[in-house]
Amino acid sequence: MRRLVDFILLLVGIVAAWQILHWIAGDIALTSPLDTVEHLGKLLGTERFWLNVAETARAFVAAALISLIGGVALGVVLGLSRTSAIVSEPILIALYSLPKVTLYPLVLLCFGLGISAKIAFGAMHGLIPVTIFTMKAILQIKPVYWRTAETMRLTPGQMAWHVALPAVIPEVLAGARLGFSLTLLGVLIGEMFASQRGLGFMITSAMGLGDIATIMAVALFLSVFAVSANALLLLLDRTAAR
Amino acid sequence: MTAASDGAASGVEIAPRDVHAQLRGVTRVFPLASGAGLHALGPIDLDLYHGEFFAVVGPSGCGKSTLLDVLAGLSPPTDGTATFEDKPIDGVPDGVGVVFQEDASFPWLTVRDNVAFGLRRAGVDEAEIKKRVDYAIGFMGLRDFERAYPAQLSGGMRQRVCIARTLVLQPRLILLDEPFGALDQQTRLLMGDELLRLWRETGATVLLITHALDEAAMLSDRVGVMSARPGRFIDIVETHWPRDRDSRIVSDPGFGAVTARLWEKLRVESLKLMGTRP
Repeated sequence: MRRLVDFILLLVGIVAAWQILHWIAGDIALTSPLDTVEHLGKLLGTERFWLNVAETARAFVAAALISLIGGVALGVVLGLSRTSAIVSEPILIALYSLPKVTLYPLVLLCFGLGISAKIAFGAMHGLIPVTIFTMKAILQIKPVYWRTAETMRLTPGQMAWHVALPAVIPEVLAGARLGFSLTLLGVLIGEMFASQRGLGFMITSAMGLGDIATIMAVALFLSVFAVSANALLLLLDRTAAR
Repeated sequence: MTAASDGAASGVEIAPRDVHAQLRGVTRVFPLASGAGLHALGPIDLDLYHGEFFAVVGPSGCGKSTLLDVLAGLSPPTDGTATFEDKPIDGVPDGVGVVFQEDASFPWLTVRDNVAFGLRRAGVDEAEIKKRVDYAIGFMGLRDFERAYPAQLSGGMRQRVCIARTLVLQPRLILLDEPFGALDQQTRLLMGDELLRLWRETGATVLLITHALDEAAMLSDRVGVMSARPGRFIDIVETHWPRDRDSRIVSDPGFGAVTARLWEKLRVESLKLMGTRP
């Protein structure tokens, strides 16, 4: 109950700040909350908007799956040996700190101007964090868990399924949450720079037309999606981490 | 009650008792990166008799835990032979249960599921699991916490969970590696009583590794004192306590004599470790 009250207070605060900024900056820079919601309502009624949502969703789901499955698989392989983890961690972190957007032209050259470039760019953002989180989680399994499992004469399969997996789930979920939002970021950046479809493209084309209301409406739509998805994953995380 | 009697320095041979686990000339050398080896343990000779409570004390780093690992089948001896129930130890033997110092309860399972863990993996049928888990949970005083998760329990309670988890597997030899090392003194004494109760009830052979002399003296039938690394037995002290003893034994006049003798031996070894001549 308290948390609900807190959440509503936060929401009211954000909307109030938004409204005040709107008064200061005016309609050319920032549409008011009410106008934005209204405009979003109108957009939600158009077919074109949903085509763009579908395009972004396709790219995002594909990129998120690559990040998650690829990241967990890579993380498990690298985390199984302490040496490989110690060697790969700084490499992964260095790779991740590259400003990826500067490489986007290369991605476009490799994948062309279509959905595959967006998927690749999204995965470039999400894969490494998931890999690092998974690798760390595997490394941080307390050795006494392995010893306990061994003294109970568990088979290697039972150790993996009943000890290693539940032990790493909370960490992997945290990595998934981070990877999820970064993948979304990657896909949207990809769409904004070079694309003919998708929500990112909608934002850039609206920018060209000076259509602030559309930019704000799409941003609101994406924020609501990202925040609810994050909350859902957090809930899952809490249940698993008990 | 009599105080410590004389035991020979190694391989005490008193009345021909039934040997449950045996170490003969066991050494453990850990390979080092430099190519040399770290001689951690032995040579060790030890007969553990059926149903006895044996404690091992020794200065830190003397190889106590390595000794336990050899008996548990977690680490093969470099030299010598280790047998359990007349079979050479190769991998973890059936009938051996281990409790570690570190909290080994699984945080993702409730107390009840933690206790049932080993039985489930062994494919024991649910009715039998329920019976044994109910018993172990009642025995270790965990009845009110069955549905709790380890994070909600104190360190002492979590160690009870680990003991219960081992107990349900009905081990014939229970190995305990400083199980109360992380607990406060009062809790340790009470846990010691629990352990004695468990030992009497199950009739299992118990080997307890500890660094606390009073714990060793209070709980055991025999206490083996180990030297500084590489650890060997330099003395084995018999306590002659009655089987139905509990922590109140610490006020027995003989108790002081046992701890005094343990400390006399151990002091010399501990000093060696600190690089001081006795």
